[in-house]
Amino acid sequence: MNIHRYEKLWLVAALVLIVGFIATITYGSVGLGIAMIDDEAETVNPEKLNEHEDFGEPGVKQVGENEYEVYVRAWQFGFDPGSVEAGLDPIEVPANSTVTFYITSEDVIHSFSVVGTNINTMAIPGEVSSVTVEFDEPGEYGILCAEYCGAGHHTMEGKIIVHPEDEYAINGTDVETGNDTTDETEA
Amino acid sequence: MGAYIDHFPREAKLIRSAFYTSFIMLALGGIFGVIQTLHRTDVVRFIDSADYYTVLTAHGVFMVIAFTIFFLVGMFTWAVTTSLERPLEDMSFSWLWFLMMTVGAVITGVTILLGFVESVDVSADVLFTFYAPLQAHPLFYIGLVLFVIGTWLAGADWFRSWWAWKRENPDERIPLPTFMVLTTMIMWYIATLAIAVSILAFLLPWSLGIFDHVNPLLTRTLFWFFGHPIVYFWLMPAYMMWYLLLPKFAGGRLFSDPLARVVFILFLLLSTPVGIHHQYMDPGIAEGFKFIVMTNTMFLLLPSFLTAFTVVASIEHGARQRGGDGYFSWLKSLPWREPAFTGMALAGLMFAAGGFSGMINAGMNINYLVHNTLWVPGHFHLTVGTAVALSFMAGSYWLIPQMTGRRLASKPIALLQVVLWFVGMTFMANSMHRSGLIGIPRRTAEPQYQGFEFEAALGSVSELNAQLAIGATLLFLSLTLFLWNMLITAFNKSAESPGENVIPTPLSGPDDSPAVLDNMKLWTAIAVVLVILAYTLPLASIVSRGGLLGRGGDAFPVSIDYLALFAQVALESAAGLV
Ligand code: HEM
Ligand SMILES: [Cu+2]
Ligand SMILES: [Cu+2]
Repeated sequence: MNIHRYEKLWLVAALVLIVGFIATITYGSVGLGIAMIDDEAETVNPEKLNEHEDFGEPGVKQVGENEYEVYVRAWQFGFDPGSVEAGLDPIEVPANSTVTFYITSEDVIHSFSVVGTNINTMAIPGEVSSVTVEFDEPGEYGILCAEYCGAGHHTMEGKIIVHPEDEYAINGTDVETGNDTTDETEA
Repeated sequence: MGAYIDHFPREAKLIRSAFYTSFIMLALGGIFGVIQTLHRTDVVRFIDSADYYTVLTAHGVFMVIAFTIFFLVGMFTWAVTTSLERPLEDMSFSWLWFLMMTVGAVITGVTILLGFVESVDVSADVLFTFYAPLQAHPLFYIGLVLFVIGTWLAGADWFRSWWAWKRENPDERIPLPTFMVLTTMIMWYIATLAIAVSILAFLLPWSLGIFDHVNPLLTRTLFWFFGHPIVYFWLMPAYMMWYLLLPKFAGGRLFSDPLARVVFILFLLLSTPVGIHHQYMDPGIAEGFKFIVMTNTMFLLLPSFLTAFTVVASIEHGARQRGGDGYFSWLKSLPWREPAFTGMALAGLMFAAGGFSGMINAGMNINYLVHNTLWVPGHFHLTVGTAVALSFMAGSYWLIPQMTGRRLASKPIALLQVVLWFVGMTFMANSMHRSGLIGIPRRTAEPQYQGFEFEAALGSVSELNAQLAIGATLLFLSLTLFLWNMLITAFNKSAESPGENVIPTPLSGPDDSPAVLDNMKLWTAIAVVLVILAYTLPLASIVSRGGLLGRGGDAFPVSIDYLALFAQVALESAAGLV
């Protein structure tokens, strides 16, 4: 078979490029330890979430000195906790903490996407997604559902508030949510 | 010699019908496209936001199921009959598959559109991905099944032509155009198997109330088993045009026949075992599987790189035949006034840009940043929305006269049309990619939220929206010009000869290439093995985790009930706040 010289060169260059991509991404995920969403968490029964040990009472749990777990239930059309607009609590964690989110869905497929970050995962009924994040600085983040889930999909949003470490108390009871007031008292 | 219609008048009629049907689908898809763009950018809103998803389902299905595939069957029929130089074996069989496809498309289309009619309890607001537990009316799935069976029969028709030809020409190489059709159809048979199982074994019985549940991750994975190769099903007719027609329009001939065969074989082998790259963000699938799929996906870049080379080399050859010279000044010798040439060349250029954004999508860790943002429609409006759609429109400027024996109504308007599409898409794709990078989601009626705002790194969100709206308007204008031109051409009285229906023979022909390239059985077997390797473990794991029919979770027909439910939740939470 007669292959033109330039074509051979091009073929080699293309292969090098492809292998280069794969190497870069392998380094990015294995070398730098960026974890993917995977199949580590156990499955749940979406109809019996209320009876589930953790998802029965979703919310923030402290599991170590600076370590927290957050159980989130996505539903049509909100996040529990997270959806302030629907009258639920925001997700509140302290700065300088390592937070693992566990997310599942009660009904259809949703997503849990934190705007401006690479926290982005599907919430599939029966499956649990886990994402571990380090929150260094205080601040606020918006959460949105980026997987179409029905007629009210565009209203599905929520909020994460990262409090300064010394102002944080778990379960939100002692926490002042208005940033302005906290600024006055502490900063 | 003469035009296609002079040789194959009966086939020309069938092909015409397929093309016209595809244009009607394109027109419908375009109307919904512009409505949804103006709605989500908040430029003009005259539909309810809840109806946005009916519009979006219609846009997706009419564009990428109906428009593209109706065009494909016309194109492939042209390619097989022209290159084997023989008519179809049995026209009534051919009309049967065409009819089946049409009936299927109409059933599915009407079911979707009934979503606008509140008094009828039929809807299918499930988007073209129909992820369960979102549920459509059973007719939506039934229409899809008919449509797909229609395409299977069409494939059988082309295989039948080839077998008949082979009996008469036992020692000849498969002509390249037919080779392209056959490999593409084998890929399609493998791919559609998954969607057939998904619909017939799970979704349809479930929508009819026979089962209570399905396993959402399973049906989603089966969708993408089919959903990635369908991308190449859209693309292959465009590639075929770039290999067979573009060199001819440029005044030359294809550079290399054997390499074209290699490219199509690579697509057959690699395009199915990669579907999980649409599920990087899904729980319940191990990281290792995602990694394997990513590697396959990167290798799938190879045939497209090879195509880029061959196409550019063939065009350059054409330009030099026309007297062009120099390193780059040969570009000036190309027939830029020919809409068919210019449209395809611009489509190819946009495909290169789409290829780059596709490489980003394929990287499994970078994907976190862009998954389900507007970046993704930005990417595929360059690929299917331009590389494919614009090539089809440009190709029609040559194909429709071939099929009708009538002169193209207006060449200048056709030229304006393809350029306008390019300009409109530049605006739209630029805006979509940039919006995606700042996190603006796709598939959202109102990407304006109460608790937070998107921050544009350059410019502003309103500037991005303005670009999107301008782009969409230009695209719609371009589409109107195209349809108008086709309409006038169809009724054009002048019976001027549209030129010869010939595909020039390639510079280096098939004869010195290994005969194994034409061994369809071998390639089919390898493709099947690769699919089995890529999917057995993930599917087994998904089923063992979630059960074949899922565990719990109700069906969610997307209909008015939901609004009621939503209103109730909103009221309750409002009450809670008070
Ligand atoms: C008039 C020209 C067009 C306009 C204005 C347009 C506009 C849009 C917009 C704004 C979206 C994103 C909507 C959202 O995610 O909320 C979209 C989605 C889409 N478009 Fe287009 N488009 C056009 C042409 C095309 C063409 C020619 C094709 C393919 C042949 C196409 C295929 C699609 C598909 C498959 C989707 C995704 C649907 C979904 O997410 O379910 N579009 N279009
Ligand atoms: Cu949603
Ligand atoms: Cu894909």
